[in-house]
Amino acid sequence: MAAVSAVLQSEWTKIRTVSSTVWTLASALIVTVAIGAALSAVFNSTFDDLSEVERATFDPTLVSFFGMTLGQLAMVVFGVLVVGTEYSSGMIRTSLAAVPQRATFLFSKVTVAGGLAFAVGLATSFLSFFLGQALLGEHRASIGDDNVLRAVIGGGLYMGLIALFSMGVAAMLRSSMLSLGILMPFFFLVSQILAAVPKVKEVARYFPDQAGSKIMQVVPDAMNTEEAPYGPWAGLGIMVLWVVAALAGGYLVMKKRDA
Amino acid sequence: MIEAVGLTKRYGAKTAVYNLSFQVRPGVVTGFLGPNGSGKSTTMRMILGLDRPSAGHVTIGGHPFRQLPNAPRQVGALLDAKAVHGGRSARSHLLSLAQLAGIPAQRVDEVLGVVGLQDVAKRRSKGFSLGMGQRLGIAAALLGDPQVLLFDEPVNGLDPEGILWVRNLMKKLAAEGRTVFVSSHLMSEMALTADHLIVIGRGQLLADMSVTDFISANSADFARVRTPHTEPGQREKLTAALMEAGGQVMSEPDGALRVTGLPLPRISDLAHDADVRVWELSPHQASLEEAYMRLTQGAVDYRSTDDRLAHLQPPQQPGHPGYGMPPQPVVQDVPQQGWYAPPPPGQNPYAGAPGQQPVPGPYAPPAAQQPAAPQPSDTTKDAR
Repeated sequence: MAAVSAVLQSEWTKIRTVSSTVWTLASALIVTVAIGAALSAVFNSTFDDLSEVERATFDPTLVSFFGMTLGQLAMVVFGVLVVGTEYSSGMIRTSLAAVPQRATFLFSKVTVAGGLAFAVGLATSFLSFFLGQALLGEHRASIGDDNVLRAVIGGGLYMGLIALFSMGVAAMLRSSMLSLGILMPFFFLVSQILAAVPKVKEVARYFPDQAGSKIMQVVPDAMNTEEAPYGPWAGLGIMVLWVVAALAGGYLVMKKRDA
Repeated sequence: MIEAVGLTKRYGAKTAVYNLSFQVRPGVVTGFLGPNGSGKSTTMRMILGLDRPSAGHVTIGGHPFRQLPNAPRQVGALLDAKAVHGGRSARSHLLSLAQLAGIPAQRVDEVLGVVGLQDVAKRRSKGFSLGMGQRLGIAAALLGDPQVLLFDEPVNGLDPEGILWVRNLMKKLAAEGRTVFVSSHLMSEMALTADHLIVIGRGQLLADMSVTDFISANSADFARVRTPHTEPGQREKLTAALMEAGGQVMSEPDGALRVTGLPLPRISDLAHDADVRVWELSPHQASLEEAYMRLTQGAVDYRSTDDRLAHLQPPQQPGHPGYGMPPQPVVQDVPQQGWYAPPPPGQNPYAGAPGQQPVPGPYAPPAAQQPAAPQPSDTTKDAR
């Protein structure tokens, strides 16, 4: 019986010794912060061009997180690669021959990779927030304002959960290419387009990214969007349910299927 | 000790392994032979708990693999040399495996030295040749100093020096009292390395015996007799004499006779008595490769169909014990390529097949499996 601590240590070695870890997490951070900063600057200079409702519901915290729309894709890649390369390289057989307990194997991997993703996610959201607010000038929010700290920490949690969800999907599909082919367009296009279609958006707002991202809003109907029927924490809870479902599915597949 | 009992694996309608029972004992190198697709790798994966058997079970030291305490310290396996994340260095790869079993990092450097990869330990395994990958896989198997070792095609891609090294390593590991189970399709290599053989075809056990027994049980030595082709009558005369004396005679494509059941001096005496001149009288002994092909020819899944060289294939002869060949009163031609219909797909592998095939015939090599080189006993080409 491989001890959990040994498996965690091994997974940490695995994750820190491949370069994809560094470049996916670095691009998640850089892309999110850079785009958030750029949009913050743009909003600051064009604030007067916004409509009155938009100005009334202006959410400086959320604006500094706009980069996450793109930055989360790097998190998806990170999550998918952590699990998917085990399958694409065939390493999974070596790993499972060494750790026959598949639950220990999968959840140790998810713990290590998820922990890393949360850490990078938190760093990303704090950086995005402070840089974005600095560029928003007089329209900025302060970290001490109501609900702002919740939104910033929530931004980090959101990124970590996106990575965990991707790991679950990759464990279910057992292929990096297939998982990326489904998750990338889903998070980048499908989910965002469906969220804008009338009627369909009633369903789409329960998608993991739509529900989870509500945590980053300080103003409930920020930027004149429709208010969700659930609160920020409930939204994150919906996302957690998606993540739990994906990981449970991934575990069942790994347990049932031959490696 | 590895013990399989009634091991069966089905993938949908296809049966990959059927009712396989065998024991792999410590202290000897046990070779695991079978044509491509015969279920060798599936069996190995089931031993390692990677695939779940549809029926039956397999244990290592009395425990199913998944219940082994600290499996990496008890069982080492090389399944697929390339089953390594290409972006990770050899040392990091081994380190992550070592940490799983609580093996200290010094042991990693030790096994890297054992397999001769210490100079490339920090390099990404993506750039490794197949041979280097095999060495890395062997290093991973040796990491935990396990009592049971499984190697799937360990000499694939190795240079002659590497092959020799693997051979000696296997023997050394076995001599230390470990259980060593090696699959290979290189017969000549198995003949030199293994003490015991387990042969499967179409997922079923064909043989479980020592190498020496295997060769003697699955091949019959024969004599090739050639009479002057200028005088065809002599050939018939000699054939009649040989058959009368209890020999079995077959005709080879170029007119030579293939005789079994009679020692060479007796054949010579009979020829002399019949007043027949003999141009060739040569003994032919079967190799492990020949014995193996004879045994598995009905159980080959992937067979090349390009048989333009069929007449160059070594002719074979009947009388193999497994085939229950009735005595043939007339001189038969040594059968040519394509003499039997391939078994219908999806049917229970191999069962009953030998009985339907009265005469074993020549054997077209599946592309990757056998060298195109003539077998040691084959002099047909020279004679032509």
